[in-house]
Amino acid sequence: MKYNNKSARYRTSGLALAVGASLLLSGCATTNPNDPFEKFNRAMFTFNDAVDRTALKPVATAYKEVTPSFVQTGVNNFFGNLSDLWSSANNFAQFKGRDGMNDLTRFAVNSTFGLAGVLDIATPAGLRKHNEDLGQTLGYWGIPSGPYLMLPILGPSTVRDTVALPGDWWGDPWTHVNDVPWRNGGIVLRAVDQRASVLDASNLLEDAALDRYEFIRDGYLQRRASKVLDTDKAQERSEKVQGQIDKVQEKVSERLEKLGVKKPETPGTEDADAPAAPAGAPAAGAAPASDSAPNNPPVPAPVSSGAATK
Amino acid sequence: MKPIAQLIMTAAVALSTSVIAPAYAAAEAPDALVKRVSTDVIDSVKADKDIQAGNTQKIMDLVNSKILPYVDADKMTAQAAGRHWRQATPEQQKQLSTEFRTLLVYTYAGALSQIKNETVEFKPFRADPADNDVVVKSQVNVTRGEPITLDYRLSKGAQGWKIYDINVLGAWLVQTYTSTFNSEISKGGVDGLIKKLRDRNQQLASKPLKTTQK
Repeated sequence: MKYNNKSARYRTSGLALAVGASLLLSGCATTNPNDPFEKFNRAMFTFNDAVDRTALKPVATAYKEVTPSFVQTGVNNFFGNLSDLWSSANNFAQFKGRDGMNDLTRFAVNSTFGLAGVLDIATPAGLRKHNEDLGQTLGYWGIPSGPYLMLPILGPSTVRDTVALPGDWWGDPWTHVNDVPWRNGGIVLRAVDQRASVLDASNLLEDAALDRYEFIRDGYLQRRASKVLDTDKAQERSEKVQGQIDKVQEKVSERLEKLGVKKPETPGTEDADAPAAPAGAPAAGAAPASDSAPNNPPVPAPVSSGAATK
Repeated sequence: MKPIAQLIMTAAVALSTSVIAPAYAAAEAPDALVKRVSTDVIDSVKADKDIQAGNTQKIMDLVNSKILPYVDADKMTAQAAGRHWRQATPEQQKQLSTEFRTLLVYTYAGALSQIKNETVEFKPFRADPADNDVVVKSQVNVTRGEPITLDYRLSKGAQGWKIYDINVLGAWLVQTYTSTFNSEISKGGVDGLIKKLRDRNQQLASKPLKTTQK
């Protein structure tokens, strides 16, 4: 039984690797099953980092030091208020009626008594913010996140969330402002304000991470999953859909085998599965995954999955 | 007559609590422990101008005296290193755990120096009294934006409950370090990872905690 499970996992992750690799890369060895596009993502990360270092971060630092604190709070509140409307719609789409009503009330109260959202009077009144977007709604409905994807300028994302992005753009009231200079100016201001609000955190992160790319990736994927799977219902649904996807993948690889396409054995994949395993239940840690294979050679080649790309 | 009776009562209470307290501390419930430690730390930061100004030595003292006694650094490192941990020699394990702990202390110290008006709110704690591994959930309410979720994972050992993992904004610290540890070890072995951690720690030691603030 255990063996069967494992061989199925070999096959599915092998398939995912092969598909991912043929899509975007040529001969890149990867060790993380959530990140088959690592080579592309790293290049994009380097690009984003350069943009951040030369433009966004200096501007955000200056903004934080020069602008009075109440102005920053006002800007933050204003754009935050606009996002509550779309967040409310997504809450309703996830049958979180109470949170949806809550966010809608926030929007109504802050837009009127809060002077178009500049003052956040709803939070002190006990109406907390719930940020929900279309990617989370799709995730709630069981659509898996797919591989990690680093978007230019926009930063970390996943394939699912990237697909949902046009919806989120549409749902953002600011993109419907007709005056182009105002619209673009607002988008830039919002970006600077958001960067400024995470300056301290990003400096901390630079200290804490040995490899910033990996640190951000693994932190982001976990955080995103926890935001999507915040109810038991969402978890159930995602397991169901994942089971069906596994079945389809198994069938595909069975067909392929029948057709005589031999898949190379990838000893590296089992190793690569280990970090993904505890996502749902971190208590298990990485230990059980490796315990199940006591006969493993002590030093397996961790990057041998490159064979799958051929 | 009354004052004397009061005196005796006070003395009796003081005596009994001082005798009972150490025994009670060992059996302290995990949620009570986290609550006590975090309230204590936050109050100390808020009361200390030097810490808020970024006095590295003072923050480090605070972390060392108030937080580290309740952290199981070995378990933390073992989980992050996975199967490599069992293949490492005891000497390597010791070094790895020390360096990893130091890195986390620096990171935590940096975070502490940023505490201003935040308040911590603990969520209802549900666990079986027989459990040896529990999660205590809390959130940090900040002046603007969404509250930051902050969860602690504790396990029960010979010396009572100890923290071995924390979850910030939905991401577990140990899991976030796992793949970095894995790739560093596959590149340069356990010693390579130790060296990398040591270099980073030396770099952090020579740099002031606050770079962006005046």
